[in-house]
Amino acid sequence: MALTGPRKLNYPFTAEQISPLRAGQFVLISGTLFTARDRIHKHLFDGGKSPIDLKNGIIYHCGPVVIRKDNQWLVRAAGPTTSIREEPYLPRIIKEHGIRAFIGKGSMGKVTEKACVAGGCVYLHAVGGAAQVLADKVVGVKEVYFGTEFGPAEAMWVLEVKDFPAIVAIDSRGRSLTKTVQAASRSMWRKLVADDPFVA
Amino acid sequence: MKKNALWEASLFELIRRTSVDLPADVEQSLRRACKTEKKDSRARWVLDTILENVQKAREKDAPLCQDTGSLIFYFQVPLGFDTNFLVAATRMAVARATRLGYLRQNTIDSLTGESCETNVAHGAPTFYFEQCARTTVDVRLIMKGGGCENVGRQYSLPSEVLGAGRDLDGVRRCILDAIVSAQGNGCAPGILGVCIGGDRATGYECSKAQFLRKIDDRSSVKVLGRLEDRILKESKQLAIGPMGFGGNTALLGVKIGALSRLPASFFVTVSYMCWAFRRRGVLLSARGGFKKWH
Repeated sequence: MALTGPRKLNYPFTAEQISPLRAGQFVLISGTLFTARDRIHKHLFDGGKSPIDLKNGIIYHCGPVVIRKDNQWLVRAAGPTTSIREEPYLPRIIKEHGIRAFIGKGSMGKVTEKACVAGGCVYLHAVGGAAQVLADKVVGVKEVYFGTEFGPAEAMWVLEVKDFPAIVAIDSRGRSLTKTVQAASRSMWRKLVADDPFVA
Repeated sequence: MKKNALWEASLFELIRRTSVDLPADVEQSLRRACKTEKKDSRARWVLDTILENVQKAREKDAPLCQDTGSLIFYFQVPLGFDTNFLVAATRMAVARATRLGYLRQNTIDSLTGESCETNVAHGAPTFYFEQCARTTVDVRLIMKGGGCENVGRQYSLPSEVLGAGRDLDGVRRCILDAIVSAQGNGCAPGILGVCIGGDRATGYECSKAQFLRKIDDRSSVKVLGRLEDRILKESKQLAIGPMGFGGNTALLGVKIGALSRLPASFFVTVSYMCWAFRRRGVLLSARGGFKKWH
């Protein structure tokens, strides 16, 4: 359970930085992140072009609240969204675009574990709901793509971050932190329901 | 101030506060949970981050979570009160809160996939009205994000898979299964709202209405209170912990209600609320003027 690290990761996120990471480790990410959620994943999966080179990049599963103030974009809230929805699309996107990591929240399945092994990729779990702590790690908005087509929550925001915190949930060997917790909790469920029933 | 302007201002303030300011009872419960987790553990780190986030949202006057969720309004109004007018005023307030960034553009047309700029659309926001013998208007707002909404479940008893019969131990098995199935995916530590009975629609309504309760209260129905305590205790033993990273705190509270049912149906409906439990209530005069926060 102990929190090890932090390990600092800097853009571009090369294989040398990513492959030594192990499930459960604490990381601090600095550099460029590309937000993408349901619409962008489907677009890329369907063979659509990426407006920017994603190689050695990190995709952030996030639909931020962004407002325009003094002719600048201001990120008002930017926590992770549930990643499992993107699982069907991830293997192809990791492979074809050379993604090194993705940040999101929630447990993932076997498909993602395999895709991480195949692509030398990791899944980084941010604290769900921590929209303000994480928005404060955004030091700048470099660009926005698909803003009009997909709407602001579904757009690809190119964010510059500093010391963005996350936990390695799946490493590039395919080991999953949440899967271990899940298996133990299901065994405990069996134990709990086997004895001492609740009576009215 | 004109009639609708006063209503809109009051309702806007309710939305703003709900979005940026976690209720005190929830925050206290998070603080208590933090003390039960080991130093330097992932669980502790998550809870510390959450508490820091709560503080920052309040200071920055910005949404606690970027998923500002479905807005569910519960109104208690005087007998014969014009509720159509309240719907209109609330919609104006929602549109304004969206323009000012207290709400994300968070409403999607299910057929075209288009994003709605105001969050006012068919079925959004949601309203419940109750007419009572009173002179004031009581408004409660719950904002519930999609991540936790997606882990809600409805069971039909008996369930062979869960070994759950049509009794309260069967109910307990379902609720514990819902916790294990949810893991950290609904942004644990969460709060469970449960309804025993009802039909498929009213079961979910009643399970969500449980979120109007304070986190430390106990059902006034004795047996339900006991079941709430028991499940909260057992949730710790499941060792799911915050975000599903392991630890004691999978849940902050369990709230159970019951509705009558048909002889042929026995539903157990579980709604999950994330730690960013945005719940506020305000008492307004019959003209829409502010009286007090709940």
